[in-house]
Amino acid sequence: MIEFHLDARSGVSPYQQIVRQVRHALRLGLLHEGDQLPTVKEVVERLAINPNTVLKAYKELEHSGLAAPRPGIGTFVTATLSDSSLAAQGPLRQELLRWLAKARRAGLDEESIEALFQDSFRSSAEEAIA
Amino acid sequence: MTVAIETADLTKRYGRRAALAECTLSIPTGRIVGLVGPNGAGKTTLLHLAVGLLEPSAGSIEVLGHRPAEGPEQLARVGFVAQNTPIYTGMSVADHLRFGSWTNPNWDEALASGRIELLGLDPKQKTGSLSGGQRAQLALTLAIAKRPELLILDEPVASLDPLARREFLQALMAVVVDHGVSVVLSSHLVADLERVCDYLVVLVASRVAVAGDIDELLATHHRLSARRRDGLRLPSDWGVIEQSDTDRQSTMIVRHEEPILDPAWTVEQLDLEDLVLAYMSRARGDQNAPTPVGVRS
Amino acid sequence: MIRLTWRQFRTEAIIGIGAVMVVAVVLAITGPHLISVYRTAPDQLTSTYPTLQTGLGVLLVVVPALTGVFFGAPLIARELETGTYRLAWTQSVTRLRWAVVKLAFVGLASSLLAEVFSLVAAWWANPIDITNATRFDPANFGMLGIVPFGYALFAFALGATTGLLFRKTLPAMATLVGYVGVRYLVTFLVRPHFEAPLHETSALKMANSPTSGVGFNFSRGSSGLSLTAQNPNIPNGWGLSAQIVDKSGHEPTSAFLSRACPQFTGPVQGVGRLAGGSHAQAGTNGNMQTCIESVATKFHLLLTYQPANRYWPFQIYETALFVVLGLALAGLTLWWVRRRFA
Repeated sequence: MIEFHLDARSGVSPYQQIVRQVRHALRLGLLHEGDQLPTVKEVVERLAINPNTVLKAYKELEHSGLAAPRPGIGTFVTATLSDSSLAAQGPLRQELLRWLAKARRAGLDEESIEALFQDSFRSSAEEAIA
Repeated sequence: MTVAIETADLTKRYGRRAALAECTLSIPTGRIVGLVGPNGAGKTTLLHLAVGLLEPSAGSIEVLGHRPAEGPEQLARVGFVAQNTPIYTGMSVADHLRFGSWTNPNWDEALASGRIELLGLDPKQKTGSLSGGQRAQLALTLAIAKRPELLILDEPVASLDPLARREFLQALMAVVVDHGVSVVLSSHLVADLERVCDYLVVLVASRVAVAGDIDELLATHHRLSARRRDGLRLPSDWGVIEQSDTDRQSTMIVRHEEPILDPAWTVEQLDLEDLVLAYMSRARGDQNAPTPVGVRS
Repeated sequence: MIRLTWRQFRTEAIIGIGAVMVVAVVLAITGPHLISVYRTAPDQLTSTYPTLQTGLGVLLVVVPALTGVFFGAPLIARELETGTYRLAWTQSVTRLRWAVVKLAFVGLASSLLAEVFSLVAAWWANPIDITNATRFDPANFGMLGIVPFGYALFAFALGATTGLLFRKTLPAMATLVGYVGVRYLVTFLVRPHFEAPLHETSALKMANSPTSGVGFNFSRGSSGLSLTAQNPNIPNGWGLSAQIVDKSGHEPTSAFLSRACPQFTGPVQGVGRLAGGSHAQAGTNGNMQTCIESVATKFHLLLTYQPANRYWPFQIYETALFVVLGLALAGLTLWWVRRRFA
């Protein structure tokens, strides 16, 4: 059974963190179709967060077709994420490694690389929304 | 019942001092409501008015549709944990459970003794020798075993160490899942409330500074920053909550229903603590005059 | 609520009952001896168990007041002081019901305890009481009978009210002051008037024994001569006053006394006993005798008193008075609890 954790300082809302952790686990193969997600009570007892947060996260997963509730029993995984596993993303991974090498050659340290990446990642995500 | 606590111009005066002034709130049921404000802001006064320990000097308050402490039925619908969890220090844990069963017709003995056992409390132990965390858990047990519809807690974790605090909130959340109670809890620290609350009321200097659904509050408040420019105008429907200028930069916290797309400003998300602090400093800064909209040069 | 109240006052109740039982045992052991002394050598009675007699006397005065302090003062004050009222008043019992049950249960129980103590002491002291015949005297009236119940109830209610007023248990001190004040006022200003006292006039005559009749005091002071009588001794009754007055109610003036008793010129201090009521006897002191006979030509003895047969009616009046006062205070407390914090 997957165990959730909360990063209070990440700037990401709690329910999004739960959604992401489920998706991440699915992607890494830690969660399979038919596995049960922790009950709302279990999550809430561990993390001391609002039950509605968990409900919201599970609802979004249901919306994305990744999980579905079975009344009286719990919430279960109904699908895996895209068939391509991370391993199949070979070309993308190579490109990323080349870029990282370039950034290092340009003299950026680890922190700056990460900051540059996060910033671009976020603004591209925002552009996608707007 | 959709409204847990409804107040209209609620005021409580002690002599000439107003502990609470003209509070108008409509707190919905089914939420976990955080009541936050500095010490002396009126949180305890508001909660005591809600459970009938105090009577208003002016205005009105209704809890679950009725006057607080109107009669035994109304008293049974609200569970209360007062500040510093008062208990009878000479009596044992079991005595307190008996106290609960004798004074509450809806008392759920199985629930109460089940919780005590789960908590690992010795029924024979005198409550005076319990730790702060244990006292808080006992008080929560007493409040929930009477099967209320609404739980009100006055600074329940203020004097607890971080572990006891976490355990208490975990237990409280489990209670909400199991029993579906609405909860109102107060604190002078936003951090305590952020994880568990979905509705917020901010009290500063005896008045309500802001109240609302937390998601909605976070969506409608923005931090704007821009290069400092004279003559910078703001649309009049942007409510400025807080503003600060350096010689290079103007930053302000603004309330606006829709997302702000004006390219002149850099818009950032606020976290709850910043939002609360902004309202607190505004209320402290100018308690009588409204905040002017627009840039002060 | 009753079980809860018992639980809250369990310690005080056990101490109270225990103390009464200890005293009861002591009295039970010593009682029979006292009875036998009474039967065989009644003049030895005052010197039998003198410490016990004094101690019991003190306790009988103090016990009703203590119920106010130990049971009344903490009743509500303790909950206010410790903040537990925030727990007690947010259960499913209204504040009013909570206060009514506490006041009624603890008030009745503690007052009954005080009365039981008094009854036990009355059984033991019966021989002394019969011999002295002073139970109607102000000093003794409040110790026995049914008034201790009334006093205790009043003291309890006063304690509860002061406790609510000051919100702290320490106002026990204020309770005692109030209690003593009211007791004093009732004893000297109210009790004499429960029923109009009786009057008895009799001729002025010397008594023949130093213990019978009414004491008098013939003396020369800064304002001249005066002749006054002391309070009469009415067995099991209450002698309120004895006056030497003429037909219009005036006391003899110094001038009159100089003329009537010329034999007493210089500084004089004559004390003796006058015949009171039907105790007319021949006098012993010749000079005093002549003097009194001479005064008796114009003056007579006027006794004011409550007769012995009014003892129980007065006990009932006084108990009722204190019970009513106690109930009034309890009513005030209830009104206050309901309103003030609300």
